[in-house]
Amino acid sequence: MITLEGVTFRYETMLMNFNLEVADGELMAVIGPSGAGKSTLLSLIAGFDEPVSGQIKIAGVDMADCAPDQRPVDMIFQDNNSFAHLDVWTNVALGISPKLKLDAKQSATVDNALAVVGLTSFKNRRPTELSGGERQRIAIARTLVRDKPVLLLDEPFTALGPALRREMLDLLLRIQREKKLTILMVTHQPEDARHAASKIGFVESGQILYVMDNKAFFAPTAPAEIHAYLKG
Amino acid sequence: MAQYARKIKIPKLPIVIALGFILVAVTSGFLPLFWLSLRAGFGGLDAYLPRVISFTLKQAFLSTVLSLLFALPVALAFARRQFPARNMLLKLFSIPLALPAIVAVLGIIGIYGNNGFLHGLISVYGLPGILLAHVFFNMPMAVRLMLTQLEAVPPESFRLGAQLGFTDSQVFRFIEWPQIASSLSGIASLIFLLCAASFAVVLILGGGPQATTLEVAIYQSLRMDFDPARAALLALAQFSICTLLVLIAGRFAQSIAVFPRALGEIRRYHGKSLAARVADALAIFIGCMLILPPILQVILTGITKIQLDHSLLRAIITSLTIGFASASLGLILGWVLAQYTARSRSAVLRSAIRVASLAALIMPPAVLATGWFITLTNFTDVSRLAAVMVIMLNGLMALPFIWPAIYPALVESMQRHDRLCGSLGLKGWDRLRLVDLPVLRKPIGLAFLMGMIVSLGDLSAITLFGSEHLVTLPALIMRQMGHYRMDAAAGTAVVLSVFCFVLISLAQSWSNSRDHA
Repeated sequence: MITLEGVTFRYETMLMNFNLEVADGELMAVIGPSGAGKSTLLSLIAGFDEPVSGQIKIAGVDMADCAPDQRPVDMIFQDNNSFAHLDVWTNVALGISPKLKLDAKQSATVDNALAVVGLTSFKNRRPTELSGGERQRIAIARTLVRDKPVLLLDEPFTALGPALRREMLDLLLRIQREKKLTILMVTHQPEDARHAASKIGFVESGQILYVMDNKAFFAPTAPAEIHAYLKG
Repeated sequence: MAQYARKIKIPKLPIVIALGFILVAVTSGFLPLFWLSLRAGFGGLDAYLPRVISFTLKQAFLSTVLSLLFALPVALAFARRQFPARNMLLKLFSIPLALPAIVAVLGIIGIYGNNGFLHGLISVYGLPGILLAHVFFNMPMAVRLMLTQLEAVPPESFRLGAQLGFTDSQVFRFIEWPQIASSLSGIASLIFLLCAASFAVVLILGGGPQATTLEVAIYQSLRMDFDPARAALLALAQFSICTLLVLIAGRFAQSIAVFPRALGEIRRYHGKSLAARVADALAIFIGCMLILPPILQVILTGITKIQLDHSLLRAIITSLTIGFASASLGLILGWVLAQYTARSRSAVLRSAIRVASLAALIMPPAVLATGWFITLTNFTDVSRLAAVMVIMLNGLMALPFIWPAIYPALVESMQRHDRLCGSLGLKGWDRLRLVDLPVLRKPIGLAFLMGMIVSLGDLSAITLFGSEHLVTLPALIMRQMGHYRMDAAAGTAVVLSVFCFVLISLAQSWSNSRDHA
């Protein structure tokens, strides 16, 4: 579904070089030390950054010269996922039409998505009146209405407590199964990866060093770098 | 990591138009002057020019030194003390920032002039009057800038000082002074720049070639003596001096428009002795005595003398119309420049735009106006274009104040929203309508108000281009003073001040409550 071939990018003095293959319908977690290039990896796939060289393909299509909103990708960030001055409903509706012109059927889609994430009663509130977890539900609802096959998650639940994080992950897993989404999730919580991901990629110094099955990643036989990272 | 969408492209046309506009404005102001001076063989290099230059620099230097000397004890006292009227007095210290120069000058004449109750204390015309007026404007500004510095001292420093048993003078030497000193050269060069380019104050309180500055001499050569060649030479001198000063002080000029937030309480452990308290009270008292009397004088004489006649009503409408148009022009220019600067990856282009936003400080209004005047007289009757010229000049003059009001907010909004807008395909008009305008309405409003305030108080553009058909409030005050109708002038000054205060209080409350949505 997602293929990166010899994708290079320079961030300040750091040269990054990514090769990656994510299968259709897979949930891959991306783990690694701070500043390793995890977020940049997602930014490149989403189209916020442009590679210096190499090729990014999604569903077999070359993404060069393809604007972020034209890609079959949706991304949820750590924060600033919603416009604070617009109410919850409008924030989700923007996922359907950036001009905010919605017909009755599209409006129903928005209501539906809000119901799925449990925000129906909050639909006229502003994001600033909601808790951190509820704010991220806005982003998930918007993902639902945008209906893109690929979802990128950039530490979306880092600010939440363990129980709430688990709840949000389960909501995402449910949606993933229903919609057959391909998900790439950057996280700092190894237990989140263990809980949700089928595969785990390990990033260090601007490179994807290993991509392993969930079990193998946490096994004693895993490579030394992974052990060092997991032990902190 | 910067959360920009580095890929977002913005249209080139607006920035080309905006920069082109400023470039044409500056070159059409500068080139004719240069050409004229060349042709005249830089004649007129007699004793007049050096005398004017040396007076310009002398009064600017003395004004700067006096402003700083008065400001330092006041700022220290405000930073040290919490007392009931503190916030009110701090507001008093922000009044001169909003007060049009002509209003203050009127007040100073009323207090120290021939009929004033402090008549004879100093001679109000000539150097002493000019210095008094410049201290009136710049001492309070220096106080606010120094206070901002002092508020930035971490509270731990004072706790440490108390723990180590610092005396008051040691606190000053080791904590307060180093903090102020780091910004002192900037504050000083800003005051020097403002005084060197001062127009209204010198025009009214200066007298003859003994006490005139370049800015005023340009106006006199052009409008009184009809000597464009000499005006050109003076303008070149002014341009050189201002360029030098802007290079030094430009960064600080930007901070005028940024009001310090509601100043929080910082716990202090020193200055508890009676002598220290008396000294601080005295410093604040003297500071207030420099500011308060001229303001009260204008209000008390003027408030009953407002002559709501035809000429006043017309001046109000003219002032508001020109203010609105100038602020809009300045805002559009500032918006386009700021947008592009925030996104451009070229450092060269970014600094070029920053310099362009300071054009009216580098090219003082009198210089630009002189050049435009000479250029346009070849094609048309300048008086027919007077209003347009004043609006253009005021718009450019407002730009240095509009910039700091919108640029930081714009950058912050981009960091928050760029990626989301990019991924949703929100761009162009939709993005402006749904995101930028609602989110940035306060900074935009603030910028607009700054533009209005600059234009409402402007005397230089209107004096150079104005006529009996184009009279703004400051121009009307000048006329009434010229006819020795001082009471009517005070009445008009009160009206003008009311407009300025309404705008500045709006601006202050908006900048304090800037919602970080």
